[in-house]
Amino acid sequence: MSTYRWAAGYIDDGDRPKIVTSRFEYEDSYTLERYHATGGYDGLKRALAKAPNEVHDEVRGATILGRGGAGFPAGTKWGLMPADKYPRYLVVNGDESEPGTYKDRLLMERDPHQLIEGCLIAAYAAGLAQVFLYIRGEMPLAHERVGQALNEAYAAGYIGKNILGTNFSVDIVLHWGAGAYVVGEETALIESLEGKRGEPRLKPPFFPAAIGLYGQPTIVNNVETLSNLPWLLVNGMEAYTAIGTQTSPGTRMVAVSGHVNRPGVYEIINGTTTFRDLFYGEEFCQGIRNGNELKAFVPGGGSAPWFTPDQLDLPFEGRLVGAAGSMLGSGAIMVMDHTTDIPAAALTLTRFYAHESCGQCTPCREGGTWLERVLARVVAGNGTPADLDQLMEIGESICPGDFPHAANEALGLAATPFPYKMTTICFVGPSAYAPVHSALTLFRSEFEAKITRRNSIPVAAIHSTPAPAGAH
Amino acid sequence: MTATDNSPAPGADSDAPPPDPNAVQVTVNGVPHTARKGQLIIEAAADAGQYIPRFCYHERMTPVGKCRMCLVEADGGRGPAVTVSCMVPVAPDMKIETESPMAKRMQEGVLELLLANHPLDCPVCDKGGECPLQDQTMSHGPGESRFVEEKRHYEKPIPISDLVFLDRERCILCDRCTRFADEVAGDALIHFIGRGNSTQVMTFPDEPFASYFSGNTVQICPVGALTAKPYRFKARPWDLDEVESTCTTCSVGCRTVVQSSRDQLLRYQGVDSDPVNWGWLCDRGRFGFESVNSDHRLTEPLVRSATGLVPTSWNAALAATVTLIEDAKAAAGPESIAVIGGARGTNEDAFAWARLAHDVIDTPNVYSQMGDGLPVGILGMPRATINDVASATTIVLLAPDLKEELPILYLRVRDAVEKRRAKVIEFTPKQGGVTRYAWKSIAYEPGTQVDAVSAALADPAIAAQLASGSVAVVAGRANLAETSAATVQALQTLLAAVPQATVLPAFRRGNVVGALQVGMRPRSGGLDTRGTLQAAADGKIECLILVGADPLADFPDSDLARRALFGARRIISVDTHLSATSDRADVVLPAAAFGEKSGTTTNLEGRVTTLGRKVTPAGTSRPDWMIAAAIAQGLGVDLGYRSVDDITDAIAAMVASYDGVTREALASSPDGIMSHTPASIDPINPVSVEIGVRNSYDFRLVVSRKLYDAAVGTATSPSMAHLAPGQSAHLHPLDVERAGVVAGAEVKVISPRATAVMRIEADPTVLRGTVWVPFNQPGGNVGDLIDCTAPVTDVRIENL
Amino acid sequence: MARLNDDNVRLAQEIIGRYPRPRSATIPLLHLAQEQEGYLTQDAIKHVAELVGATSAEVLGTATFYEMFKFEPVGKYLINICGTMSCALMGAEELMHHAEERLGVKAGGTTSDGLFTLEHAECQAACTEAPCLQVNYRHAFRVTNADLDTLIDDLRAGTLDGEIPAHGTLARVRQSIPADKAAGVVTPEQVGAPAWFPAKDPS
Repeated sequence: MSTYRWAAGYIDDGDRPKIVTSRFEYEDSYTLERYHATGGYDGLKRALAKAPNEVHDEVRGATILGRGGAGFPAGTKWGLMPADKYPRYLVVNGDESEPGTYKDRLLMERDPHQLIEGCLIAAYAAGLAQVFLYIRGEMPLAHERVGQALNEAYAAGYIGKNILGTNFSVDIVLHWGAGAYVVGEETALIESLEGKRGEPRLKPPFFPAAIGLYGQPTIVNNVETLSNLPWLLVNGMEAYTAIGTQTSPGTRMVAVSGHVNRPGVYEIINGTTTFRDLFYGEEFCQGIRNGNELKAFVPGGGSAPWFTPDQLDLPFEGRLVGAAGSMLGSGAIMVMDHTTDIPAAALTLTRFYAHESCGQCTPCREGGTWLERVLARVVAGNGTPADLDQLMEIGESICPGDFPHAANEALGLAATPFPYKMTTICFVGPSAYAPVHSALTLFRSEFEAKITRRNSIPVAAIHSTPAPAGAH
Repeated sequence: MTATDNSPAPGADSDAPPPDPNAVQVTVNGVPHTARKGQLIIEAAADAGQYIPRFCYHERMTPVGKCRMCLVEADGGRGPAVTVSCMVPVAPDMKIETESPMAKRMQEGVLELLLANHPLDCPVCDKGGECPLQDQTMSHGPGESRFVEEKRHYEKPIPISDLVFLDRERCILCDRCTRFADEVAGDALIHFIGRGNSTQVMTFPDEPFASYFSGNTVQICPVGALTAKPYRFKARPWDLDEVESTCTTCSVGCRTVVQSSRDQLLRYQGVDSDPVNWGWLCDRGRFGFESVNSDHRLTEPLVRSATGLVPTSWNAALAATVTLIEDAKAAAGPESIAVIGGARGTNEDAFAWARLAHDVIDTPNVYSQMGDGLPVGILGMPRATINDVASATTIVLLAPDLKEELPILYLRVRDAVEKRRAKVIEFTPKQGGVTRYAWKSIAYEPGTQVDAVSAALADPAIAAQLASGSVAVVAGRANLAETSAATVQALQTLLAAVPQATVLPAFRRGNVVGALQVGMRPRSGGLDTRGTLQAAADGKIECLILVGADPLADFPDSDLARRALFGARRIISVDTHLSATSDRADVVLPAAAFGEKSGTTTNLEGRVTTLGRKVTPAGTSRPDWMIAAAIAQGLGVDLGYRSVDDITDAIAAMVASYDGVTREALASSPDGIMSHTPASIDPINPVSVEIGVRNSYDFRLVVSRKLYDAAVGTATSPSMAHLAPGQSAHLHPLDVERAGVVAGAEVKVISPRATAVMRIEADPTVLRGTVWVPFNQPGGNVGDLIDCTAPVTDVRIENL
Repeated sequence: MARLNDDNVRLAQEIIGRYPRPRSATIPLLHLAQEQEGYLTQDAIKHVAELVGATSAEVLGTATFYEMFKFEPVGKYLINICGTMSCALMGAEELMHHAEERLGVKAGGTTSDGLFTLEHAECQAACTEAPCLQVNYRHAFRVTNADLDTLIDDLRAGTLDGEIPAHGTLARVRQSIPADKAAGVVTPEQVGAPAWFPAKDPS
């Protein structure tokens, strides 16, 4: 059995260690009963038997890289809080909305107790006095499952006052969003949780660990990150780091979508699995659809610069992927085969980020929409040759200097590594540019072809010409 | 000095300043510069002579880093990084590049993006010519935008309040106005609405931006998105002439520039005076120029004839004035003459009038308060400055609603609470603007404030707070329908218990402190305003001289004011506008108004600042001092004043508290010079008041001012006249029921004096058992109910 | 009057009580209001502002930032068709065209019977199951034109009522923190490290 109808999208195939998806095979995986039957809350009990700093050391030693996108180690993040400032808060980032990404939704829908247990372990270890579990608004099923699990866990004495008879007391408050991608950015999440518009805060100078929710030290951790903690506490640091590589231990949930034969969410071994394994491996996607050629892929969520077959043998390892000109981000890979209309595909992403701009800073608000408008014109066949240079120049106003891109042998391009400079407050503006830059750098001839076509249209007809078909 | 010489020459080492722990060495565009620890890069660069372009940054508000115009490259040791100079502080050895190729590329890029959706309608925009977007596009931008797509479109402009229009197409979403509304004014009635490219500044659909401070948003808007109704399309910036001045609408003394074109006042803008107004103005002060330009100005002298007041020449009017004074003197001696007023003018006006009254006419009956303040002796108490209040650990308010009466002081107090966590202990008969920021808001029934203060002092938490640091008391008249002695007694009780406390007098009238200090106060045995009005009512005043004073509107006890004007045998009125009071005068002399005369003024702290003259006085009107000098001349005395400067010099020379307040000193101190507490002011003797018990069917009357009322400054400003809320009787919602009346209905309010008819409003900010009525509202008559000789006023409320 | 009804006010107060600052409850309370009326009325926004201690403009500013809040009535069923990359690669545009044809409204429109509002949506976190859509935020995966027709028929027939509540209702399970179990709200004013935590962080 490799797929479960109650966990649509998740694929359990091959013989790999499972850290966070171990209960997905059970239809009732979200119940306290099943959780108990499968070792649930043992991690919390182990944690409570230790001193908080011992638990923190264990997490630090396991190098659990943040699964939200930035990949910052959770244990290190916890250690960034000022030693003398209390109270501290934990905000759980369940606002998953990066294009291509989904794993937090599954973890919340399928194993909410695992997440709750992870929250409790984090709160205990880092001295976090209240937990706010922020779930994306458009995920009512996750909301219901987590809500039900919280109610059960309160009743069972896992949450609240004097947890399991100890002096550890913490509330977990279920909070829900209302549809804004940018709120997935941790400071925007905090603003949103304060009841405001989800506009990211500038960092530096201040990071949430020092000045966060209500101005207090705040840890913002991703759902998947926290879901790793129960297993870690039960199995120990050594068992955790035995999986994957030294710099990228453990497993990761990765969603592979687009033009592959078996798109799905897989829990893969971190650091070693290559993109080729993922796309062509029997236990994974089993090749490109219809035997087509792979043209390009987005390796780390919609914000990531694109790769081409030249990068297939890179492993799923952040530093290597960064050096190759992109990022792993939130574990989302979107695959394009040779039939793909590259400019049109880029437009879907640029449109997304332009639409999701919070609007507070100029380059993103104005630049994102400008990119979208020009690109849409080009895709519709109404572009001019100057438009292509202009797209890059608008992008430079958002990301001055060299923008990361992959090497390409056929084009004679060497890689420009991550990261980029940006004139914006957060990464939404650069993310609107990333697909434009990648597509134009790697597939400029496809844009030029659209321009040539436009040049054959009488000028008077430009504005009345219906848009040609889009991506297909 | 040689290397072996290690015994320093006398004074040599002490000449070298010790290393400043607050100094941070940086370079700005390669030039070494010493910045202050914690200073933002944008400020440090400015100190080093490098102006970094900016839109959202405003030195009086929290930086937000939204516009991205101020991006520079800064290298703190890890290589040059894109840095938001308005949010990141300097660090040791930081290399700041404001003009590197990268910095220039970013600045040009941001400007081009800002212009993408900007309509570029500069030729028809009020801001054109003084527009930061225009200016910085010229200095830092690419000069044009390649944006050829369709721009954002909105209905434009739309009124967002009675005074302010919004053009959303011009808006660059810098968050200045919205931040001001929330962070500075505390009136978050405008806000960003929508998201991304369709973000706009808006109010809630049916809740306009009705803030007393709305005009500031127009001033700080870096484009022409916000425009003020009174100024729209009135002038182009390059046609405006301006002079720095001080607003005298109230006694805070905000610094302004007064701007005019073609000899007409067109706009006041706030000037950032660090100890006073931080650049802000209230709307009443900002838009009061309309009243100077008003058709209701007195433009020529008037004398009474058989048919009423008729225009005449200055010579004739002055001769008539002199005759009135001489006749009065002849009839009953100089003590039968009284002068009320002086708070509206300059120090020079008041000084000339004080000399005329005391030295020429020789009357002791001179006063510049209108029965709405506290005894002049409060000026002799240890004085607090506005900064003392704003930096105090504890701020005690025994004062009227600062938001209504001294709006910019309210902003400073609010800032102290919000930014500095100062604790406010408010004693008040009615909740007001400060209440929501108060640590303790202690409501008291009129007359019982001494009990409230005593009880508070006995509260351990309050006592501990008062003992925990500096204490500044703002003291003024919170209720015009009660004796000032009740507040004085409470103040004395407080000061006895908190000896380190200092006092800021919340006297409201523009230059009342200056007038009092330069001599517009009774000489020994003289009458104050109430005494004068009483004497006049009793037929003992042969000549009543009103200098910018309108007892019918301003004196709380209207009946006494009316009887006084009826009883005074001769009345001389010097005023800018014809009022109900001047309408009863025998001679009316037209006075120059704000912006039409220069001089100095003294604010409630005792700070002396200059007033600038920008336009010629309306008609033949003259400054008060000139009128005083001319009358003195007519009475045979040459005061010796040929110019304002002569009097400024005379004040510095003759008035001890103005020692050192010279023209030279003022010219080099735009924030003003502090006058000293006048030694000659009599201390207030301990007072004690007996307040009768209120009959449980009665309500105790509380009367206080709203910012907008029927005073000439607002009543003759077309943009503001309709903002006065009108007279109504406010009862606590539970008392509405208890009184057996209905909110919204007209009722009779019956005092021992009179019956007034007004509408009832249910108002939870009113203390139970009291009724609050705003003072001096258009068509209002609450003054009829007030007996200024009674300690408090109790009223009954009945259905019609 | 479309303020929150008494039951929802009680619920609102319970929710507010979980946060150190009342304003944090803004979005949950706006959801309550939308659940009650199907969209956000001006009166409801004002009521939420009163409850959380903000101005109406501030609450409107928050509400209009988020896609899910509607300020005009929408259909009983809000059909959001995802058009972001993975779905676009797998035929989302065709699905949208079909939906527009089938419902007789353009994206953004509401059918004349008030039953359906059709919208373009951004990524719905089901990218491997493209093209996908949500009906009142309940997913449908790998949707073909025929699937969409069936879905619309089923919604019209009411056979999905048990699974898909009317627009506005999100979760049908609410969190409830029993008073006797609650650890309690921790406000920023609270001093010192929590009881179980050594005051000086040894790390």
